[in-house]
Amino acid sequence: MSTRRRAAGAIRNKIIITGIAGRLGRLLARRLHRDSDGGAIIGIDRREFPGRPRDIEHLKVDLRSKKARDIFRGEDVRALIHMGLMHDPRMTAAEHHSWNVQGTARLLDACASYGVPKVIVLSSANVYGPRPDNTQFLTEDAPLNAGLHFPAIRDLIEVDMLASSFFWKQQSCETVILRPVHILGGVRNAPSNYLRLPYVPTLLGFDPMVQVIHELDVVEAIVRALTPNVRGIFNVTGPGELPLSTILRELEKPAVPIPHPIAHAVLTTLWRGKLTSFPVPELDHIRYVCMVDGARARDQLGFRPRYTLKETIRAVNAS
Amino acid sequence: MGATDWLKSRVHAWVDSKLDPTFRAKLKALPTRQNEYGYDPFGFHRDEAKIAALVTQFLYRHYFRVEANGVQNVPKGRVLLVSNHSGQLPFDAVGIGGAMLFDYDPPRIVRAMVEKYVQTVPFASYLFARWGQITGTPENCKRLLEDEEAILVFPEGAKGISKPFTQRYQLQEFGNGFMRLALETGTPIVPVAVIGAEEQAPAVNLKPLAKLLGAPAFPLMPLPPFFPILPYPTKYRIHFGEPLTFEGDADDDDEVIAEKVGVVRTHIQSMVRVGLKERRHIFW
Repeated sequence: MSTRRRAAGAIRNKIIITGIAGRLGRLLARRLHRDSDGGAIIGIDRREFPGRPRDIEHLKVDLRSKKARDIFRGEDVRALIHMGLMHDPRMTAAEHHSWNVQGTARLLDACASYGVPKVIVLSSANVYGPRPDNTQFLTEDAPLNAGLHFPAIRDLIEVDMLASSFFWKQQSCETVILRPVHILGGVRNAPSNYLRLPYVPTLLGFDPMVQVIHELDVVEAIVRALTPNVRGIFNVTGPGELPLSTILRELEKPAVPIPHPIAHAVLTTLWRGKLTSFPVPELDHIRYVCMVDGARARDQLGFRPRYTLKETIRAVNAS
Repeated sequence: MGATDWLKSRVHAWVDSKLDPTFRAKLKALPTRQNEYGYDPFGFHRDEAKIAALVTQFLYRHYFRVEANGVQNVPKGRVLLVSNHSGQLPFDAVGIGGAMLFDYDPPRIVRAMVEKYVQTVPFASYLFARWGQITGTPENCKRLLEDEEAILVFPEGAKGISKPFTQRYQLQEFGNGFMRLALETGTPIVPVAVIGAEEQAPAVNLKPLAKLLGAPAFPLMPLPPFFPILPYPTKYRIHFGEPLTFEGDADDDDEVIAEKVGVVRTHIQSMVRVGLKERRHIFW
């Protein structure tokens, strides 16, 4: 696509991973490092990266900075894996927007300018949003409705949409958007944290079917997305679907059923008092279905989850 | 934890004792796509559905004393059961579901397309799913038809079930969605006429209250016999017609589809008329 000439003899062998210091980023870095065919791995993350293998480069720079863009200048980047999105519910909407949306826009711009042939963006199946009128299994072309009742995650929807428009505009770049279901494991995301609570509040009279996936299966899906000629948007599903109550029983967690109006009021108060990290609209995730159809990833990506339902659920207790 | 598990096992034991053993064995042999925990992708669970089967058995055999005619007209494999809808509360679905459980061999679980509003009602939201009922979206219906399941559709929707007593046995307008699905998936349509459900709850509909609650209807039944949600024990007569097959383009214009829908509607209306003529009494 670009008219600029490739530097003579430059071999594209670098993989850039944003958000490498997170749990999932570290798992991915280790996996790629192990399978490495001699290509370099460069991580971008403001956080520390404990236990970093020595030949993985770690740059503590801001996604939006010029330094981040400079990494692409050598025209030797084979792929960008963008998973460094901020999900911290305690940060303001403005900070989220700036980091996630502007950061992503700048990275994609750099990829376009320097002809990066592969971009993988880790989005989430949550962008569809839990709703009472959801069809049981949403396909990739379903509208992204999550922001309707949960404005705080609009930035994540915008990131997904930025990546989709990049997919259509930059035909020379193989863009892959992955939308995995609830990731369980040692990761510190909302579903895993929720299942790690000593007493798990549920909503009285609601027990939606949910989909979960093991963190290492997500890593596997990302690795598969790196395969040449793979492009598109993929829902990534795990080994199956279960009612929330069955997951809690499997973990032997006592459930505390609370009527929705009370749960809503209490959580609102706790949130205002900064006593919980669960935003109030996330109650809908334990009330309504938000499940996706993973057929496309199965057929086109050849992705099959390796962990069983039991192993996936139990993974939240992994350290 | 222990107490609820104990209670649950007692309930299941009691349910098992009340159901016919051969029926239980047949239910167990039903092919479903369940995972290692016994749930299918739509949240159906055989053990929990057994409780529903017991309630259905009581309503079917003893309360409404259902007389099902022509159940064996229902073909094996994918099928759409299209029925008239009446009676304020969907006991007509229970009757049709019961006929497919107790008078069809081997028993089949009928999946009804449930109003989306039900998802917001505590307990009903998940119990309906455990018993095999699905949220009424075209995608869900298509997926299950492709899995060779039996789907129950009331094309009149809320307009049919909540119509006042003065309009009994007059079919309301039909939706077109079921016909498009039938054409797309090559599914035969079995027309069904339910006689008796209209008289179970003669009602006036309090529309303003329904609007206030966000519910599709708020029927008020004068002088309910035992409890506001229990209907009168009328006798149900359910007639299953010969399967109809349609051919054509699922994406045709509304008028073309509506014409085919009209064929089904007239069919059901005439089955209702014949059924009414044959009926001797509302209660027996």
